[in-house]
Amino acid sequence: MTVTVLHAGLLTTIQDLGRYGAQKYGVIVSGAMDSYSLRIANLLVGNEEGEAAIEVTLFGTSLQFKKDQLIAITGADLAANLDGVKAPIWRPVLARKGSILTFKSSTKGARAYIAFAGGISVPQAMGSKSTYIRAGIGGFQGRALQKGDTFNCGEMSTLGQSLFYQLKARSPHFTWSVNYKALLNLQQAQTIRVLEGTEFNRFDQQSQQILFTESYTISRQADRMGYRLESKTPLTLIEEFELLSEGVTYGTIQVPTNGQPIILMADHQTTGGYPKIGQVISADLPNLAQLQPTATIQFKKVSLEQAQTVFIKNERLIADIKRSIQLKMHKLK
Amino acid sequence: MSQLTIKTTMKPLGDSALIVQLGEGIYPSIHEKVSYLSLLIEENPFEGFIEAVPAYNNLTIYYNPYIVYLSQTNRTLTPFQQVSTHLKTLTERIGDKPLLKKSVVELPVIYGGEFGPDLEYVAKSNNLSIEEVIQIHSENEYLVYMIGFAPGFPFLGGMDKRIATPRKETPRLTIPSGSVGIAGKQTGVYPLETPGGWQIIGRTPLDLFLPDMSPPTLLEAGDKIRFMPVSAKGLSL
Repeated sequence: MTVTVLHAGLLTTIQDLGRYGAQKYGVIVSGAMDSYSLRIANLLVGNEEGEAAIEVTLFGTSLQFKKDQLIAITGADLAANLDGVKAPIWRPVLARKGSILTFKSSTKGARAYIAFAGGISVPQAMGSKSTYIRAGIGGFQGRALQKGDTFNCGEMSTLGQSLFYQLKARSPHFTWSVNYKALLNLQQAQTIRVLEGTEFNRFDQQSQQILFTESYTISRQADRMGYRLESKTPLTLIEEFELLSEGVTYGTIQVPTNGQPIILMADHQTTGGYPKIGQVISADLPNLAQLQPTATIQFKKVSLEQAQTVFIKNERLIADIKRSIQLKMHKLK
Repeated sequence: MSQLTIKTTMKPLGDSALIVQLGEGIYPSIHEKVSYLSLLIEENPFEGFIEAVPAYNNLTIYYNPYIVYLSQTNRTLTPFQQVSTHLKTLTERIGDKPLLKKSVVELPVIYGGEFGPDLEYVAKSNNLSIEEVIQIHSENEYLVYMIGFAPGFPFLGGMDKRIATPRKETPRLTIPSGSVGIAGKQTGVYPLETPGGWQIIGRTPLDLFLPDMSPPTLLEAGDKIRFMPVSAKGLSL
């Protein structure tokens, strides 16, 4: 076995980019809450972007390496520590045989990702390694990681091997790291960009304005399924109406009868029946995923065209990061 | 079918999905259009298409805007416009060829007793005998309009109003998988053990969620089902 879990922490799960294709059967997508950090962690160890990695929530996880292993830690700064020394993040790192990686508590953000060169060797369930706890499928035996769990890593790619041997020969990590700041915001007070939801016009004018002027607090009931928000003024409909259940997605802002919005997150149900006042743009979902309970957000309205333009821009940024990592390797040779 | 005028609207569900609305309300004829479009999009996917999720009168299409954008040679349309155009063309073909007739799935149900603790309550509150409730619940054919809420959970249409019963005031903390319930004018089956407020009238020994199979569920949207009363003898639950 390559990796042993010494302490599980608050919630530590195996996640990839999600389980698509089975929402029509009621099977949720799941996947990394912060997909940008997951993708970059994988790129930093020479994996395909969508390989499974470990998602650590807020604090308390500790892993031991049973052999030399190339890893990368991205996302939140959870005071990662490798054998008593601050572990470098956003860059490839060599974890030596016997070494222990710990995450103490968050100094910035909510979710850290650990990618392993060669990926995590757990079977796919319906095309994905993401953990879906309620249905007991995916990840490690369909559940969150627990103390004593062990798993293997897969075969390293050519780039992964190259990085691995460079680090073994020189130093445990490179001096460069990915500048994620153009992609990801780890601040705990943020502006989140939102599109009008399918039922936006069924809310009264005051509510339509409040959504973009009021500040919202993420409640303590926030989890991978949804963020409940709290604000002074509840949102109200012009008149009550019955909405039939229909498809919802990551970032959908639903308003239940109490008028306090809920943002659906990565483990959201496939369908919902509450009116949808807004939809967080895809490019801001990783930022949202990095917010902790009690963090505050302000919504800003953007157009669909703007949202799709940002989506495309960010995909190009990730492609650039991928090229830069490959280029670094060529320079080393 | 093709002479039917279909008022189709496309509404964005964020920047990476859209909902194709094919009518209003709960009607088998509208749902048939949803099933057609669902089939057409899966047979004719566009580049960047991820998946389609049918509901009562609409279909949600998930897509990757970047791949849609890259697939376009002149790149004058936004990804949303491009996907809408593709889907509009497909909706014109709804009804071109007959949908495959699906067979009726029979679900054996043990009504009452420990498997249906609320059967008596449902009977009492509707002034019916237990036998009448079982008969009314099991004589209708139900259409599976959509699957949602949990893997394999069917949203059914066609329950008789005579047995409609409000949800429990306090939801149960656990409802065993396979439980058959009534909530208002709806009926359905819990595929997984979950908390829930439905009135539980029976249980089926069949698994509705089959993660190792393809498709991973016993039921799909468009299926028809019938509940078949059976006795608990000889069934292990």
